[in-house]
Amino acid sequence: MPPIQEIRQQDFSIEDFLESEQQKDLLRFSTAGSVDDGKSTLIGRLLYDSRNVYEDQVRAVTRTTGASAKTSIDFAQLTDGLRAEREQGITIDVAYRFFATAKRKFIIADTPGHEQYTRNMATGASTADLAIILIDARKGILAQSRRHASIASLLGIRHIVAAINKMDLVNFSEEVFERHRTALSVLAAKLDIEEMLAIPISALDGDNVVTRSERTPWYDGPTLLEHLETMPTTAEESDAAFRFPVQRVIRPHQNFRGFAGQIAGGSVYVGDKVVVLPSGKTSRVESIVTFDGELGSASAPQSVTLTLEDEIDVSRGDLIAAAYSAPQPTTRLEASLVWLHADPLDGAKTYLLKHTSQTVKATVSLRHRTDIETLEDHAADSLGMNEIGVAVVETSRPVLVDPYRDNHATGSFILIDPATNATVGAGMVRARLAAEIEQHSTSALIVLGSRQTLLQELEQRLLGQGYAVVNTRVTNRAVWESLLHAGVITLVACEDCESPSIAHLRRHEGLVFDSLDVHPQGEHGTAEEIERELHRRNIFPTTTEDAR
Amino acid sequence: MASAVALSSFAFTRLSHLQMLEAESIHILREVASEFQKPVMLYSIGKDSSVMLRLAQKAFYPGPIPFPLLHVDTGYKFREMIEFRDNYTRELGVELLVWRNEPALAQGANPVALGTQRCCGLLKTQALLDGLREHGFDAAFGGARRDEERSRAKERIFSFRDRAGQWDPKNQRPELWNIFNGRIHPGEGIRIFPLSNWTELDIWHYIHLENIPIVPLYFAKERKMLVRGDSLIPVEQSFVKGLPGEEQWVRSRLRSLGCSPCTGAIRSDADTVPKIIAELVSFRSSERANRIIDHDQDGSMELKKREGYF
Repeated sequence: MPPIQEIRQQDFSIEDFLESEQQKDLLRFSTAGSVDDGKSTLIGRLLYDSRNVYEDQVRAVTRTTGASAKTSIDFAQLTDGLRAEREQGITIDVAYRFFATAKRKFIIADTPGHEQYTRNMATGASTADLAIILIDARKGILAQSRRHASIASLLGIRHIVAAINKMDLVNFSEEVFERHRTALSVLAAKLDIEEMLAIPISALDGDNVVTRSERTPWYDGPTLLEHLETMPTTAEESDAAFRFPVQRVIRPHQNFRGFAGQIAGGSVYVGDKVVVLPSGKTSRVESIVTFDGELGSASAPQSVTLTLEDEIDVSRGDLIAAAYSAPQPTTRLEASLVWLHADPLDGAKTYLLKHTSQTVKATVSLRHRTDIETLEDHAADSLGMNEIGVAVVETSRPVLVDPYRDNHATGSFILIDPATNATVGAGMVRARLAAEIEQHSTSALIVLGSRQTLLQELEQRLLGQGYAVVNTRVTNRAVWESLLHAGVITLVACEDCESPSIAHLRRHEGLVFDSLDVHPQGEHGTAEEIERELHRRNIFPTTTEDAR
Repeated sequence: MASAVALSSFAFTRLSHLQMLEAESIHILREVASEFQKPVMLYSIGKDSSVMLRLAQKAFYPGPIPFPLLHVDTGYKFREMIEFRDNYTRELGVELLVWRNEPALAQGANPVALGTQRCCGLLKTQALLDGLREHGFDAAFGGARRDEERSRAKERIFSFRDRAGQWDPKNQRPELWNIFNGRIHPGEGIRIFPLSNWTELDIWHYIHLENIPIVPLYFAKERKMLVRGDSLIPVEQSFVKGLPGEEQWVRSRLRSLGCSPCTGAIRSDADTVPKIIAELVSFRSSERANRIIDHDQDGSMELKKREGYF
């Protein structure tokens, strides 16, 4: 329910209000649509119906549109910003809007559908947990809708809402809605989008935006706002390994040397074993320092300052990472690129690549250009403004990247033209390409299904080799995660292990497998085969030095 | 070894929206302090500046804030603001610089004589540009928020300004993820807005939670005002003259701080931060509605920004 209405009631208590404010989390979403799709109207409606618009703002809008002599509010005008765009009648850049409900705070990145759509949509989508794509119920999925979905997918947005707008103009026809919904699910599958929810709305009249419409009795899904209020945020879904790009060394006096940064993935605990890259030196976290006191643990995206137990050389641009799962420094990587500038990509040029807190020189050679509508790849050696493609990037110094699908913060970079200082491209790492030296780990998670005998045999065998081994029937992702953190071999015996949990954990490259993976014919491997697999994956027993 | 980590201690830390905003702002402050030669924090003495200053303390703790504060003083700020500024910055031990357009003030520039547009142009915009140039600052933090005004909604966190200090809304650098391009040529500058994603309510809530000192003008008390229609105009400058009967003692407070002749007060009983928040959430008008300068003409903030104002 709208918060402001609530608090106008007699029994409003400011203490309760502040308490509930403090519980709210933050969801960021982007919106895309063309001028005619009614995007600005939708945002205006969302803000207005959730009581997030002030009267003077409504009045200001009514004054601007006074010529039409209509008494109705022009919702689109509530959100249109700059003079230039009011003159042209279109939104020309990304605008950020804010609103809150009793459950959540929201930041909207409002992006235009026409001009510079790729550049602006990519910008808006880069920080979004969710994307709303507007579809005109009369027209269905147009080339433009496909572009929007495609960019959202490219930028790694897992949840997309297709708002089928202007349902009032198709008499709230279930058949029309179903037809669009079916077409959308085909598109979602093609684009590898995890969730694409279609909602029938009328932004102009408010149906299913904030309040449930009586004109769509056949629709039993959530309203747009209900969906926004209950979506998990990206931070909640993340199970990335610990990543901490060092922004700055803080050294107020001889006795304190801290490394300031924002956690870019995972969690860290005092005592955790970490590796500093690119040097490869290891140490343990001595303390997690903040202005508000020391913490026992911290997780993404908190900004903290770490001190380490050992005196090792750390400077801006370095990465402090979980020792059990650190990225390999690389000077060659494959990345998806969005080109943002009128000067096309030049394979002969040296660009500056900024990644987390590190800036290096880089050359970029394009592999192919991708047609954003058909998703077909075309041979090309350059990208123009608003084009996307895949390229091989070579850097002058090692960079500490993760694949973008695993970690948006450590998997993204921008390209800067050193002559003009313009931001010319945005990149998402697909893979590290340099010959990688496998890194030694002590932890693994092996899923054995219901094979108790194998479990006992394997446990004995690995303990005998000096591995730290535990076994569990628990299938909770958080528990598995912390066992991986603990540096032990975890054997999981459970009837139904092929759950979403394990699919998530597979993103811990190389540390998670099941006994079916080790046998060439897809049967369960033997204890011996599994041990060989551990060696192959560079997972060895804890050394004595580590066991202090 | 690390297996001492108790299973029960593994818990996803769900951050509140204020913790998310705080973390983002601290990240921005550290990036700027590390990448620029000579950054400065523009300190307006208002509530947003107070929050920004607290975030800077947090960002570099336990070290000192590694840049000075610059207050662009128009000469018409409220006395209580100046007192607060001097006391609070001394208490925190931060370096405070003050810049005024002395030549214009000597010629008697004031909003009654020049009109608000020309007055702001000289005493705020010109003074700001001169102050930045004279000191050679290449990056300046400002406390502006995107929710304040429609043209600010499009502002980048790193806002590029050309050699004349001007903003071109059509030619902004795209800003993806939290990777900021702060590269500039000599003479160019960047304005940085670490509070971009905060709302007015977030600011107040944070002030409440963090117990951040703010100028007493924000709290309601009996003040001498010119009562003109719905407007309450504070009586501080001699050139602000009322008609007979306009001058009254009114229980009132300021919702945002500016120059005394151009900042209207509101009738209010809110004398604590929670009461201010309670008042805020029941308000029917936005924060800058009582600022005379934004209403001069449609889109006037955008014009000011293009010229170099914040």
